[in-house]
Amino acid sequence: MEALRRKTIFATGQGDTAYLSGADILILLSLAVAIYLGVQLASNAPPSLARAEIDLNPQVLPYYALQSVRRMAAAYVLSLLFSIIYGYFAARSRSAERILLPVLDVLQSVPILSFLPVVVLSLTAVLPQAIAVELAAIVLIFTSQVWNMTYSFYQSLRTLPRELREAASVFRFNWWWRFRRVDLPFASIGLLWNSVMSWAGGWFFLMAAEIFTVGDKDFRLPGVGSYLQEAANANDTTAILYGVLTLMLIVVLLDQLVWRPLLVWVQKFKLETVESDDPPTSWFYNLLNGSRLAGALHQILIVGMIRALDRRLGGARRFEPAEQERPLRWTRRAARILALVIFVLIVTALGIQLVQLLLSVPLDDYGRVAAGAVATALRVLSAMLIAMAWTIPLGVLIGSNPRLANFLQPLVQIAASTPATAFFPLIVLVIVSNGISFNVAAVLLMLLGTQWYVLFNVIAGTTAIPKDLRDMTDLLRFKGWNRWRKLILPALFPYLITGLITASGGAWNASIVAEYAEFGQQTYKVLGLGALISEATAKGDFGLLTAATLTMIVVVVVINRYFWRRLYRLAAERYTME
Amino acid sequence: MAAHGHKVLGEVLVELRNVSKCYGRGDRYTEALRGINLTIREGEFVVLLGPSGCGKSTLLRIIAGLIGVSEGEVLYRGKPLRGVNPNTTIVFQSFALYPWLTVQENVEAALEPLGIPRLERTKRALRLIDHVGLDGFETAYPRELSGGMRQKVGFARAMAVEPELLCLDEPFSALDVLSAESLRGELMELWLSGGIPTKAILMVSHNIEEAVFMADRLVIMDKNPGHIVADIPNNLPHPRRRKEKAFLAMVDQVYGQIVGKTRSEAEELGSAPGEPGATRTLPAAPISAISGLLERVNEELTNKIDIYRLADEFVDNYDEILPIIEAVELLGFASVEAGDLSLTPLGQAFAEGSIQARKEIFAARVKRVPMIRWILSMLKAQPNQRLSWDVFIAALSREFPPEVAERQLDTAVDWGRYAELFSYDSSDNTIFIETEQPLSQSVPSS
Repeated sequence: MEALRRKTIFATGQGDTAYLSGADILILLSLAVAIYLGVQLASNAPPSLARAEIDLNPQVLPYYALQSVRRMAAAYVLSLLFSIIYGYFAARSRSAERILLPVLDVLQSVPILSFLPVVVLSLTAVLPQAIAVELAAIVLIFTSQVWNMTYSFYQSLRTLPRELREAASVFRFNWWWRFRRVDLPFASIGLLWNSVMSWAGGWFFLMAAEIFTVGDKDFRLPGVGSYLQEAANANDTTAILYGVLTLMLIVVLLDQLVWRPLLVWVQKFKLETVESDDPPTSWFYNLLNGSRLAGALHQILIVGMIRALDRRLGGARRFEPAEQERPLRWTRRAARILALVIFVLIVTALGIQLVQLLLSVPLDDYGRVAAGAVATALRVLSAMLIAMAWTIPLGVLIGSNPRLANFLQPLVQIAASTPATAFFPLIVLVIVSNGISFNVAAVLLMLLGTQWYVLFNVIAGTTAIPKDLRDMTDLLRFKGWNRWRKLILPALFPYLITGLITASGGAWNASIVAEYAEFGQQTYKVLGLGALISEATAKGDFGLLTAATLTMIVVVVVINRYFWRRLYRLAAERYTME
Repeated sequence: MAAHGHKVLGEVLVELRNVSKCYGRGDRYTEALRGINLTIREGEFVVLLGPSGCGKSTLLRIIAGLIGVSEGEVLYRGKPLRGVNPNTTIVFQSFALYPWLTVQENVEAALEPLGIPRLERTKRALRLIDHVGLDGFETAYPRELSGGMRQKVGFARAMAVEPELLCLDEPFSALDVLSAESLRGELMELWLSGGIPTKAILMVSHNIEEAVFMADRLVIMDKNPGHIVADIPNNLPHPRRRKEKAFLAMVDQVYGQIVGKTRSEAEELGSAPGEPGATRTLPAAPISAISGLLERVNEELTNKIDIYRLADEFVDNYDEILPIIEAVELLGFASVEAGDLSLTPLGQAFAEGSIQARKEIFAARVKRVPMIRWILSMLKAQPNQRLSWDVFIAALSREFPPEVAERQLDTAVDWGRYAELFSYDSSDNTIFIETEQPLSQSVPSS
């Protein structure tokens, strides 16, 4: 928890700008054009596609589970590589930073699920279908995992203590030594905590990425997600339960056998020179640590590989130009302007076509998009309010009571890392069969997917209240509401905001699966932007899909800039403990 | 080796010719160093001394090749220096050890890029670890070691690459007094006995005693922009003893160079922002430090104290006391001459006064300070006697870099609040003149 707190608090919102700059608008436009290009490709995909049959026999579940994990792992490796490369460029080059950071900021507000049809169909246009669908699922999971990891790596590189960097220069480390000895170790803790979060987020979207229809095209991949979906379609509650159990088992196993040990191991890369009070522990790590076989394997495989890499890539930096600002030469400046002009021309040309596509959408649909945006906004708001209503009291209780924390923390963590989408079929079935509005199911799913961010941050915030302040509040006899008003709420504020920013972003994204569901022959939906996106996907209405997706991106970016960032700044300025 | 443990001066290693360094452009332009000429020869131990912000660390990094120069030339053994200087290495103030590597790995990490075979690397690392007295700690991680031991690893690592010129960036200032002292002694022993292949040492220091204890030459710098004001040879024989008369005289001489001498009042006050003449900057001295200093001097029967003793009693490093001395000079509470600080009658009255009397004396004096006068007149020109913080910053930014402007206004508001001339409202970030002063607010803010 300790490291999580440090790395996540105040690590999400990088920028200071609480408004849309020219660069932001340019990025939004380019993104719109990219969507348009994808849609173009998608509408040219071959008409009929064979569908893989999903077997509901529980015996196939281990195989399906393996398939799902493989997909997740592939997406994760991709995310890791992307984070490192993107982070390097953003952190090391001033001019790259100016473009890459706003791009990252907008991309993480993009509703991932609406890209699925675009990605799948554009891939099927150029690749064999089986590979295309597999790749599309991986790309989708990748886009749900990658942004916070990239931020984390970028931020680590930017906050590397100056003298550590200088020592690397003085001792003439080349790029490899610098990466392996300095940058990666320093970034590793943040990167790993973010990986854990990303992995959990990846499950959420895997459920949706393994099975979906676009117009008359039906795509399936063998996996736990498609198993659950198929079970829901067949109204087979036993199969749903088997699926959910399998999923929870994988989540727990991966947590115990992979993430926990890694979290323990990575503690050695802590920069603080004092030991922390409660470092994470892992029985499996201790087991491996004590095992001779594991030690020998480590020596041969890992150490051997690193040595080989060192030999190949390591060396002294021969020539290093000193850090010095040089004025831009006119040739470089001209090249830069030329590139910008070409870029703007291409974007304009495609933009015109995009506008034509958007104009082809009937006015009625725009009315629905606008109304849907408002409805979804209200749903996100109520999900956030409900989340706060229960996470603040519980989080404060857990945070201020170590014995309770020991008992509840693991439960909460398992609950948090089980993807809400897995329960969705079950929830919908229960709610709808009892005659309750689908609206409730929609809000509930948004809540299930995002409330954990708020809870974790509240717990972290509570444990971070200094003992002196608590004692003082006791001495002043602040009790009940007064205690909350004077001490707890102000102290929690920055943490709460951080949690809510992540949660509300997630809720918008989740609206796409939460507001629209198809089980068996039955379609359930409510008025909302997410429902419109899902519906447009299902019908293959690319004009509406583009319009609704762009609306969601703009709404989310605007809310972030004008609402969350201001609160965030207020929190950072007035309510931080320092 | 010559008599008294001094080394014979050899060839010129480093030569700086008219070096300047500036950062940024336009509004953000700052000049860190101007017109630096410096030569370091084989066999020399040179210390750079000066107030913070005088660019001594920048100068060290220029010589190590970490930072390029804006103007002038850096020659190493007569050849222009390009990029990181392979013949130097730095021992850092914060040690800059990699906390994820053991002691031995840290030392070896410096040798890896040089392509030294693994066995040879290990041998050399172990020898050096033994050399600095850390035998038995090879597999310890830095976080398990005390500050002094960590810095020993820093030294071992630096020596592992066998630099000709060893650069030390305040290597003892993050250590406790005893560790620092023993490490200094050990370094001097290694250096004087020729036990290391190092040909010259360049050290940045905050500590005048330390500088006089170790160096053969003291290069004294001043700020705005950084430049060299004096180059004092130190021929005291080794081993040097801190209580010896000659040693103390040397320390006093250096203090005199650094602290200077109180100028006439008009010169001392300078001019307000926007006025012609040199704008008077406010030293970053909190009220509590000013009154603490005056009370301490007032305890002396003569109302006079050796600045060197004052620094020794109050702070770890002399440069923390410089802004406070500057403040009492500026306010006319004390004057400096030949390394001594003496109270004026006004300063004495302040030191002996009650809380309210102190405030009155302070207010009367602080109103004469151009920066405060300027703020008051700007506020009085407003109908509601209130102006945003940012307006002042914008005005000050015409003359200072942004962070200096912020610091100036911070100090001005601290002083103005104490004097009850004006106050600051954090809810809307404005500075205002208080129209009425309820009793409860007249408690000193510091």
